[in-house]
Amino acid sequence: MPAYHRPTCLREALDLLAAVPAMQPLAGGTDIYPARAAAEAWLQPRDRPLLDLSALPGMAGIAERPDHHRIGAGTRWATIRDAGLPPWFDGLRGAAAWIGGRQVQSRATLGGNLCNASPAADGAPPLLALGAELELACREGRRRLPLSSFLLGNRRTALAPGEIMTAVIVPKPGRGATARFDKLGSRAFLVISLVSVAVVIEAEAGRITRARIAIGACSAVPQRLPALEADLAGLPLGLAAAVPEPAHLAPLAPIDDVRASAAYRRHAALVLLRRALAPSLAGAAA
Amino acid sequence: MTSPALLLQVNGETRRVLVPGQTRLSTVLRDELGLTGTKIGCDAGDCGACTVQIDGVQACACLVPVAQAAGHAVTTVEGLAATPMGAALQRAFLHHGAAQCGICTPGMLMAASELLAAEARPEEAAVAAALGGVLCRCTGYRKIVEAVCDAHRFLGGGPEPRAPWAGCAVGERLPRADGPAKVTGTDRFGADAAPDGALWLRAVRSPYPRARFAFGDWAPLLARHPGLARVLTAADVPGRNGFGIYPDIKDQPVFAEGEVRYRGDCLCALVGDRAALEAIRTEELPIAWTQLAPVTLEDALGGEPVQPRWPDNVLTTGRVVSGDAEAALRTSRHSAAIEIETGFVEHAYIEPEAGWARRVGDRIEVFACTQAPYMDLEEVAGVLGLPQAAVRIIPSACGGGFGGKLDVSIQPMLAIAAWLLHRPVRAVLPRGESMASSTKRHPARIAARAGCDAAGRLTSFAFEGLYETGAYASWGPTVAGRVPVHAMGPYRVPAVAARARAIFTNNPPAGAFRGFGVPQAAIAQEALWDRLADAAGLDRLEFRALNALRAGDGTATGQRLEHSVGLVECLDALRPRWRALRAAAAAANAQADAEGGRRRHGVGIGCMWYGIGNTGMSNPSTMRLTLGPDGLVFHNGAVDIGQGSTTALLQIAADALGLPVAAFRLVLGDTDLTADAGKTSASRQTFVSGRAAAEAGQALRQAILLRANAGPEARLALRDGRLLVDGRPVGLETPLEGIGRFDPPTRPLDADGQGIPYATYGFAAQLAALSVDLDLGTVHLQRIVAAHDVGRAINPTLVEGQIQGGIAQGIGLALMEEYLPGRTENLHDYLIPTIGDVPEIECLLIEAREPLGPFGAKGIGEPALVATAPAILSAIRDATGASLTRIPALPHRILEALHR
Ligand SMILES: Cc1cc2nc3c(=O)[nH]c(=O)nc-3n(C[C@H](O)[C@H](O)[C@H](O)COP(=O)(O)OP(=O)(O)OC[C@H]3O[C@@H](n4cnc5c(N)ncnc54)[C@H](O)[C@@H]3O)c2cc1C
Ligand code: FES
Ligand code: FES
Repeated sequence: MPAYHRPTCLREALDLLAAVPAMQPLAGGTDIYPARAAAEAWLQPRDRPLLDLSALPGMAGIAERPDHHRIGAGTRWATIRDAGLPPWFDGLRGAAAWIGGRQVQSRATLGGNLCNASPAADGAPPLLALGAELELACREGRRRLPLSSFLLGNRRTALAPGEIMTAVIVPKPGRGATARFDKLGSRAFLVISLVSVAVVIEAEAGRITRARIAIGACSAVPQRLPALEADLAGLPLGLAAAVPEPAHLAPLAPIDDVRASAAYRRHAALVLLRRALAPSLAGAAA
Repeated sequence: MTSPALLLQVNGETRRVLVPGQTRLSTVLRDELGLTGTKIGCDAGDCGACTVQIDGVQACACLVPVAQAAGHAVTTVEGLAATPMGAALQRAFLHHGAAQCGICTPGMLMAASELLAAEARPEEAAVAAALGGVLCRCTGYRKIVEAVCDAHRFLGGGPEPRAPWAGCAVGERLPRADGPAKVTGTDRFGADAAPDGALWLRAVRSPYPRARFAFGDWAPLLARHPGLARVLTAADVPGRNGFGIYPDIKDQPVFAEGEVRYRGDCLCALVGDRAALEAIRTEELPIAWTQLAPVTLEDALGGEPVQPRWPDNVLTTGRVVSGDAEAALRTSRHSAAIEIETGFVEHAYIEPEAGWARRVGDRIEVFACTQAPYMDLEEVAGVLGLPQAAVRIIPSACGGGFGGKLDVSIQPMLAIAAWLLHRPVRAVLPRGESMASSTKRHPARIAARAGCDAAGRLTSFAFEGLYETGAYASWGPTVAGRVPVHAMGPYRVPAVAARARAIFTNNPPAGAFRGFGVPQAAIAQEALWDRLADAAGLDRLEFRALNALRAGDGTATGQRLEHSVGLVECLDALRPRWRALRAAAAAANAQADAEGGRRRHGVGIGCMWYGIGNTGMSNPSTMRLTLGPDGLVFHNGAVDIGQGSTTALLQIAADALGLPVAAFRLVLGDTDLTADAGKTSASRQTFVSGRAAAEAGQALRQAILLRANAGPEARLALRDGRLLVDGRPVGLETPLEGIGRFDPPTRPLDADGQGIPYATYGFAAQLAALSVDLDLGTVHLQRIVAAHDVGRAINPTLVEGQIQGGIAQGIGLALMEEYLPGRTENLHDYLIPTIGDVPEIECLLIEAREPLGPFGAKGIGEPALVATAPAILSAIRDATGASLTRIPALPHRILEALHR
C-alpha cells in the first residue's frame, strides 16, 4: 500500500479513505509533520498512509451566500487573513494573523486546525462564537454538524471513519455584528495560546442584542459561556466590560502545564474577556 | 516501491525527482537536489531555518509534502541573487553584520525577500511581522532588522565594503571574512556534507531519567532490517568508554553500561542505511528496562548517589573567602537577603548536532560542529584508544554553540562506527534528540545576603549556591569554580564568603552555557544591591557607581586590578539615559494613575564583570602565519561559531604584520592544519587567540624585516604574490613563518579561593526600560541600553552583534526560558525570543585598554548576557514592586509576586 495519495476528486478521496480507514487526511501538514518529527526523534516512525487533500477541487476558497459564508476546509489561514470579509469575521481574521508565522499561515488550513482539535486551536473560538457549522463528506453523502458538537475533547472530534471535512459554514449574524479575538501567549510571535478569547456582539442603538463568547485553551475543548452571554443581552455596550465575573467561567476547566498554571489561565481569561468587551469595540459597534 | 516522478521548478530550473510524495520539500531540496542552503533546525515549523518561497510566498520547506510543491515555483537561497533585490539584501546582511553563525540566515533572507518584493522600504513593524517565524539565536535580531530596512540602498551595489589600508584594520567595521558563504547558503554545516557512501547512525537513548537495562538478542532485529549494518554498544568501544571535560573525570559513557542516568542518556547506536534506520521502531529493540526512582535536587544531598564515585552527589565545591562576612553582616547598618531559583536553560542553537567520521588507514577523521576541535581530538583518541596523532578533527561551520558544543556529542560514536566498519558514517540529530541529550545551563538555588554602611558602602556579602549539574560532570567543576569568584559582582566588598556546589541528579548534564553559572549569581547579587540602595536612600545607579571596582582595587580573591577596569565609565555613559528613562517612566506612571491605566513602567539596572579565559588555569593559544610562494596564509585554529573570531583575529594579525586583510588566505580549524587555539569559550578568543595572532603577526614581520634587512618602520606590500618591503622586492622561495603563542598569566586559587583567577575582566552595565501589565503579569520591553568595557573594539559591528545576541539570550533567561526534561524538548514548548521580543538596543562601547590584550582588547562573548536578566528583573521591581524569586519571570509568577 503506497504511503501517500493525492487524489484529484473528492469521490476518489472518499473511496480511498473508505478502503483504508487508517489513512490520515493531510491538508497543510503543519500539524502532521511536527507530530511526526517529535515521534521520529524517539524512534517511533509513523507509518499511517497519508491522503493529501490539497489537490481536491473546491476545497479552498470563501464564498458568500444569502444567509451564510462558506469557507472551504482547505482554505489557508493567509487567505482568511487577507480576505475582505464583513466585520463579524474580524475575530477569525485576527486569529489567522496570529497562527504561527507567515510561513505557517501560507500553508496551514482552517480545516486542519479544527480537525486537529487542539484545545489551543485558535480557529475554534471565533467560529464557535459565530455558531459555525461544518460540512462533512463521506461516500454515502454529506452531513452538517455544529462545530460545538464536532469538537469532543483534546484531539478528539466527531469525524467518523471515512469522513472528510469539506467546508465551514458561517451563518450571517444579526445587524451590527462585530467580532474580536485576542490571545495571550508567552512571546511576540509563534505562540501557542495560553488563553484565547473570541467575542461576537450584535448591537442595535447602543444595546447588545446578542453576545456570543468563546474561550480557548482553558478546557479540553474551547467553550462558549452561555451564562455570560445571557447576562450581556440587552445591556448598553458601554457596560459590557464590567459584566464578566469569575462565576461566568464555570464551563472552563483549565489545566496546569508547561505554559501556565490553571489559576493563571482562569484569571487571564477573565482579564482578556473584560478587555475584549471594553468600549473600543463597543464604540466601534455602536 | 517506486514513486512517480515529480517535476519541480526550483530557482527557475525544472528538476525531476523520484521520491515519495509525502517527502518533506526540505529533504528533497537538500538530499536530492543538493541545495543545502535550505537549513533544517527542527523539522517542525518552529524555527523557520528551512524557509523557502513557493510562488513567491514564504513557507517552511520542512512542512510541505514535495508533491504539493510540484508545478509551483520554488525559490531557495541559492536562487536569491537572481533578483536585484535579493542580491541587495545579501549585501545589506554582510554590511550590517546580520549573519553571525549563519544557520538562520537563508531562512531570514527568504522571508525578508518576500516582504521586499512587495515593499522595498518597509517599516520595522512590517519586517518583524514578515520575519516573526524565523528564529535566530545569535544576533538578537537588531542587525537583521536594520539590514532588511536598509536593503534598498544596496540595489546596484550600495556602499563599498570597507577595505582599510595596511595597519588600519583594527577598530574598523569590516564585514565578516566568512560572511559571503553564509548569505549565499554555501557554508558547510555539520549536516550539509558527507563522504559518498556514508552510512547513517542513530543513537538509542533512554526515555527514563534513571533505569537499569539489559540487552537481549540483536539477531532478529538485524535479520528483519537488512539495511541495518551494525549495533554498537559499550562492548564495542575500542578505547575508554567515557568522555568528559576534565582529564580525570571521563564519567559520561559513550554507551551506557547497564544503567542510564538521565532521559537522553545513550545506550547504543544503530548504524546502517538511512531508510532502514528510519523504519526501526523502539519497541523492536531488545531492551529490558527496570525503572529506578530518579535523584532530584530535592533529595540529592544525603540521597542515593547518581554515580558511585561521588557518594554524596557533590561534584565540586568552589569557595572564595576574604574577611569575616558574617561578622561584617551583623554590624552593617543595612542588610538584605534573597533566595532565588532558576531552571535549566537550553542552548537552542538552531543547528542541531551533525557531522560524519571516516577512517583513513590508521587514522580517523571527524567533521562536525564544535567549539573545541582539540578537545574533540583528545576525546576521540581516548574512546578509540588511539594516539592523538591518529585523529583529525575538521570543524564544520558551527550553527551556534553558546557553550553547548564544547562537549562532544556525536563525535565519539561516529568515530567508533567509522573505525569499526571501515565506512564513512554520518549523523544528524533530530531536534528532540538534540534537546534531550545535550547539556544545559545549570539550574541554581541561591541564597545571598549583603550589607552596607549608612553611606551605602558595601561591607559584606555571603553567597551559597547549589548548582544542579545533572547526571554527568561536564563543566560542573568550572561553574562551581567560577561562580564564587564572580558572585559579589564588580564591586568593592571587604568581606566575602561565597560557596557554590555542583550537585549530581538524574537530569540532563548541565555544562557550559554563556556565563558558566555567573548569570544566575548576578540575578541574586543585583537584586540585593537594589534593596540596599533603597535602604540607604541612594539612587540605584549611584549606589553601584559608589561601590564599583576601579583600577588599583583588590578583589575578594586577593587580586589587584591594575588596568582596564571600565565599570565606572560604563555607569557614567549610562547615567544620562538612566535619568531620562526614569523620568519617562515616572511620567508614564503618573499618566496611568490619572487615567486608571493598568500598565506600570519601570527602569532597572544590572552590572557585571567576567573573567576572560579559564579560571586559574593555563589556557594557551597558538596562531601561525606563513608567507611563501603560496601567498600569505593565516592558520587559525580558533573556531568561529558565529561570534566573529575569524574576522577579528584577521584584523589583529593584519595590523600586527602591516599588510591589509585582503592579502590573507585563511586556513581554519582543521587540527591537521592549525595549532591548538584552545576552545571557543570563556570569552577568550579575542583576548587569548587575538594576542597570539598579534604575536604571530609581529613574528612574521620580524622575519620579513630581517630578510629584507629593513628597519622597524618599513612598509610592507604584497603585489601579485610578490612581497615588497619599502617598495623593494624580497624573495619568498624559502617561506617565512610567524608563530604566536599566548597563555594569560593566572595563579590557581587556594582553598579559600585566593589567587589570580583571570588575567583580565570584562565589565558592563545595562539598563532595561519596560512596562508590566498589572492584570496579566506580562512584560513589554521598551529599550535596553548596554555599556560594555571591551578594552578595545577590534570590530565594533561584531562587538555590537555579540552584545545584542547576548541580550536576547538574557531576555530569554529572564522572561521565558525554562527547560523541563521530557516536556519541552522542542522549539514550540521551549520558547526563545523571536524578532518581536527584542526591543531597541543601544550599545555603548567603552574602551579601557587592557595592556595584555591585542591592541588593548578583552572579550565580549559572555559579558553580553550576564547583566540583562538582572536589569530586567530590577525594572520589573521598579515598575511594580514585585520581586521575582523564581526565574524565568513568567506572567503567572509575576502576578503571584505582585500579590505576595
Ligand atoms: C510553528 C507553528 C505554529 C503554530 N501556531 C499555531 C497557533 O498559533 N494557533 C493554532 O491554532 N495553531 C497553530 N499551529 C498549528 C497548525 O498550524 C494549525 O492547527 C493549522 O491550521 C493546521 O492545518 P493544516 O492544514 O496544516 O493541518 P494538517 O497538519 O494537514 O492536518 C491536521 C489534522 O487535521 C486532519 N485534517 C486536515 N484537514 C482535514 C479535512 N479536510 N478533513 C478531515 N481531516 C482533516 C489531519 O488528518 C490531521 O489530523 C502552529 C503550527 C506550527 C508548525
Ligand atoms: S526546519 Fe523547518 S521550521 Fe525548523
Ligand atoms: S546567526 Fe541566526 S542563528 Fe546564528
